[in-house]
Amino acid sequence: MATPEHLTSGFVVKQPGPRTLLQDLGRYGYHHLGMTTGGPADPLAFSWANRLCKNERNTTALEVSIGGLVMECTVETKIAVCGANVPLTINGRTRALWRSHKVNPGDVVELSFATEGVIAYLAVAGGFQVAESFGSTATVVREGIGGLNGGKLESEDFLPCGGDGTSTSSDDDNSQCLMLSKGYRPVYGHHAMLRVIPGYQQHDFSRYQQRRFFSNEYTISAQSDRMGYRLEGPVIKADIDGILSEGICLGAIQVPPDGQPIILMNDRQTIGGYPKIGSVLSLDLGQLAQLKPGDKVYFEPITVDDAHNILHLADSYFKKIEPTLC
Amino acid sequence: MNITVAGENSLIIYFGQTHIAETDSSQHQSLEVSPEIANQVQQAVTILTDSLGDLIIDLVPSYASLLVIYDLFRTDLHTIRPQIRQLLAEISQSSQSHGQLVELPVYYSVESGPDLELLAKNKGLSIEEVIELHQVQEYQVYAIGFAPGFAYLGEVDERIATPRLATPRQQVPRGGVGIADRQTAVYPSVSPGGWNLIGLCPQRMFDPEQTPTMPVKVGDSVRFKSIDRETFLSLGGVL
Repeated sequence: MATPEHLTSGFVVKQPGPRTLLQDLGRYGYHHLGMTTGGPADPLAFSWANRLCKNERNTTALEVSIGGLVMECTVETKIAVCGANVPLTINGRTRALWRSHKVNPGDVVELSFATEGVIAYLAVAGGFQVAESFGSTATVVREGIGGLNGGKLESEDFLPCGGDGTSTSSDDDNSQCLMLSKGYRPVYGHHAMLRVIPGYQQHDFSRYQQRRFFSNEYTISAQSDRMGYRLEGPVIKADIDGILSEGICLGAIQVPPDGQPIILMNDRQTIGGYPKIGSVLSLDLGQLAQLKPGDKVYFEPITVDDAHNILHLADSYFKKIEPTLC
Repeated sequence: MNITVAGENSLIIYFGQTHIAETDSSQHQSLEVSPEIANQVQQAVTILTDSLGDLIIDLVPSYASLLVIYDLFRTDLHTIRPQIRQLLAEISQSSQSHGQLVELPVYYSVESGPDLELLAKNKGLSIEEVIELHQVQEYQVYAIGFAPGFAYLGEVDERIATPRLATPRQQVPRGGVGIADRQTAVYPSVSPGGWNLIGLCPQRMFDPEQTPTMPVKVGDSVRFKSIDRETFLSLGGVL
């Protein structure tokens, strides 16, 4: 499958930005070895970037935090950038986000710094061709697993990808680009309502403590990363300080003895011993990941049935929206 | 057994009885830690993996619980919860383990275990006694987590049980053998850590290039075997 073209065609990283990671939808089935999932912090923006490149949802793309990425292209293909508003230029000319663009060998693709939101995804037609480890290309820096060598992108890294076959394909559509209409794009602000499925040790928090949690505003702390988002706000006390270590799911809200909740994200540890009041709906974690330190979140309890309905609707909605040809 | 909602597509199964343990300053809800319970957790992993197949995205076994992450596009809470309850009704209460006994070599010394001397002094034991108490015990692998390949082993003899360091080390070497309360573990990779270090194990606890990736799994038992400096180095150990 590796033709000579595959070995030389791709993108050369000129400036990696503060934190740019290769990600697919994540690593599943290895929690029993203590490995976390990784995967895109904002799966919706990730999925759209791939969709606009006509890729399957689980195709390897770049997760660019804050921005600052410069790459030189050595292949004729298409790219799309979705997510945070990071000004995109190709050879110095401003290009729109949320649509695919043709690129040619020698083109310089640059993402400067985000003006709204934090995380953007850059997808390429056919995806970046990176070897999987444990069934996934998702980079988890803490574990040194995934991506090119288990870490974030570095200058002069080479990201191989095939061409999009424009010149050889008989498919006329292939010469056209795709765009997601404005009305369908998410909006990133400075606060988010996070829906929570109460669970785990919920009953070890008194009614008063639960009400306090669900009726107050929390501020995102500077100590937030892909492992967890630490919050600052009214202290929540559980009736217990610790539990026997147990499995932690995505979005779990743990409350350590200092009473400041931590929302566990894609790179979370797989087990832990702090009481948990419930878990944030995965759909809302994408919104959370687009917030900055100092931004605010609120919590709203929903039932598991609500969660299932919301997620099924969101999936069906994603599939039904047709990008515009342009 | 109790099955509780954990998240939008996750259930957590608790095994055994829950009781509240009060210590001097804090209250800890604790489930019972025992080889019998650990064995039930392990049986549940096997049964659910075999019976539910694709419905399961991931499983996280721990001391007395099992987190089940299911595919909500293939099933839902109202289908899978009774299914799990029914499948696990037959779980045997016997303590007979299906795991294997794994022997791990350890170079115990002041040179390879920076906390060994102080631990011995605080416990009123000689260094040799600490080593003997650590290696004579057969440990159960209760959980794997924190980092890939980090296996929580229990239970350490009460006479050498020691709380975590007040300030965790920035860097624990790969292979560091540590004690935290009545748990012991081998650090699978260089990482920060607060366990009391008493030696180094030359065997890799997590190697992505090897099959299996880890020498132990939840449900296995482990015994440590004291080796000298020369053997440690000949087995690939690094000081």
